[in-house]
Amino acid sequence: MNYTVDKKGFYGEFGGAFIPEMLHHNVEELKSCYLDIIESDEFKKEFKQLLKDYVGRPTPLYFAKRLSEKYGANIYLKREDLNHTGAHKVNNTVGQILLAKKMGKTRIIAETGAGQHGVATATVCALMNMPCIVYMGEIDIQRQAPNVARMQMLGAEVKAAISGSKTLKDATNEAIRDWIANPEDTYYLIGSVVGPHPYPDMVARFQSIISEEMQYQLEEQTGKNYPDKVIACVGGGSNAAGAFYHFLDNEKVELIAVEADGLGINTGKTAATTQIGSEGIIHGSKTYLMQNSEGQITEPHSISAGLDYPGIGPLHAHLFKSKRGTFLGATDQEALNAAFELTKLEGIIPALESAHAMAALNKIKLKNDECVVVNLSGRGDKDMETYMRVMNNGK
Amino acid sequence: MENRIQNTFQKKRILNIYLTAGYPKLADTVTIVQELVKNGVDMVEIGMPFSDPLADGPTIQNSSEIAIKNGITLDLIFEQIQEIRKTVEIPIILMGYFNQLLQFGIEQFLEKAAQVGVDSLIIPDLPIDIYQEEYKSLVEKYGLKMSFLITPQTSEERIHLIAKESRAFLYVVSSYAITGGKSEIEDYQTQYFERIKSLNIETPKLIGFGISNKETFETACQYAEGAIIGSAFIKALENSPNLKETIKEFVRNIK
Ligand SMILES: Cc1ncc(COP(=O)(O)O)c(C=O)c1O
Repeated sequence: MNYTVDKKGFYGEFGGAFIPEMLHHNVEELKSCYLDIIESDEFKKEFKQLLKDYVGRPTPLYFAKRLSEKYGANIYLKREDLNHTGAHKVNNTVGQILLAKKMGKTRIIAETGAGQHGVATATVCALMNMPCIVYMGEIDIQRQAPNVARMQMLGAEVKAAISGSKTLKDATNEAIRDWIANPEDTYYLIGSVVGPHPYPDMVARFQSIISEEMQYQLEEQTGKNYPDKVIACVGGGSNAAGAFYHFLDNEKVELIAVEADGLGINTGKTAATTQIGSEGIIHGSKTYLMQNSEGQITEPHSISAGLDYPGIGPLHAHLFKSKRGTFLGATDQEALNAAFELTKLEGIIPALESAHAMAALNKIKLKNDECVVVNLSGRGDKDMETYMRVMNNGK
Repeated sequence: MENRIQNTFQKKRILNIYLTAGYPKLADTVTIVQELVKNGVDMVEIGMPFSDPLADGPTIQNSSEIAIKNGITLDLIFEQIQEIRKTVEIPIILMGYFNQLLQFGIEQFLEKAAQVGVDSLIIPDLPIDIYQEEYKSLVEKYGLKMSFLITPQTSEERIHLIAKESRAFLYVVSSYAITGGKSEIEDYQTQYFERIKSLNIETPKLIGFGISNKETFETACQYAEGAIIGSAFIKALENSPNLKETIKEFVRNIK
């Protein structure tokens, strides 16, 4: 089985570029140059340099002793929470902003849900002195005020998406429409492994630094350059794609993707795309998505804004269908419990998204000497309001 | 069916009006088409409301949301078209997004569309290469014709390819925009129309996006067989106290 993208932009039967003709030129332009640019020595050098000096990579691979004792396995945390701006998202924005510059683009647009990708985009735009417009659902703007303020302080213009459900999928629609209306100077900086080819492949490549580092860090710490299991949460799937990337062809490594079950997969308030979704097209990509029998895309729910998306990237659709990946879910409550547990045992407050990955430790069989890496995609600062509510209500 | 499209393009200055099925009220689709025909419209494009219409602007998206809330479904749209076909002879174009067809079942959709009297389909997010490889023979099996889009950025080689596969008409997107854009036509647009005209493409051409009034319609007719009006018509319906009067007014002001 092949887990990389083919020439036409498909992972197995998923992916492709199901886009209106108005986007054909933009996407084609990107497709024709992205590999040449990002594989060039000059690009690689600049990218690696920024990841090191600006983002703070490599991020540690931390042996979580007390967690390991509790679960009876060797549990390592890949500390993406220690990146500049607090999550893995910045690995991708650094890569794409360098690409945009090399393509001669002068205006950056992005979509954001929780605001993490928006902040990471506004950050690199400040760094590169480029104008930045971030589309964000009107409802998300209200519930993520600190990140809106951050983006504005970084010089970005935050535009409210007022169509549809006024959340992430609508912000993505608005960004795509902006790109249609501004095909010459504008670069669309997507935040996950979603959208039309080549975005899923490109974002996965930029995030693959996560598993690239894991390989040598594991070698140093365990003598073996791969783990038995890698666990990551999946919204669109970028941190999971990065954590899985260099292990995709190593069948000895179990790849565990954790979706947000929300209130539970049978409650109608969930974001567990593979569990309740079906095959179709969302944002130009053939994949699994949450939809009704008419093909109308339905509203997801998760306590974690970063997982509140009704689709998954086409790589993950392929991993799911081919059974190469194990897909689990964690409810809002399970994620909260896992967040408090990690905080208590290891002194690390995780992002709510990452807490979903932690929650999977309760759901899998673990053997004593097994080596498990959990990708801790982000830190919990942005979620303190939710955590405070839980503390005030007791648990 | 052959005849409906071909006969229509015997004429010049074709006016094709877009409407959203199930908008403003669920059952209005039938009345609106009947009134359009009465007032001399040459073709209609019926939009199948979709939750995430990437190629459309706020006006059409909003009308789609309302239609979905009204309870519109593909089955109902087919019923409405069947009703329309009892009295209406002009070409009916059905426009929607590929995911809607995928969920309905591609072949079932094509069969049903042909059966109720649809002439042509516009599926903006169905890429032409995938159409050729996977769906063209099915579309032809049911006697339907595709109409594909070109934009100011479509290369000449690609225009010829797209024109060849567009068996009803070539949809010339007027600008770098989604539907419902500006109301004036700028120089870069007329240069583009000029360029398309000079290619001497056999396929009839209709210009759409941003055509909103008599002036822009007349400009479009200088370069193509006619034009498609969508958002401006939906806006007129939005505030209409009397659909029949509004439609009469609207068409009279254009043609
Ligand atoms: C910390 C963190 N983890 C995970 C995600 C989910 O995105 P993805 O699935 O692309 O990694 C987000 C998105 O905002 C995030 O902020």
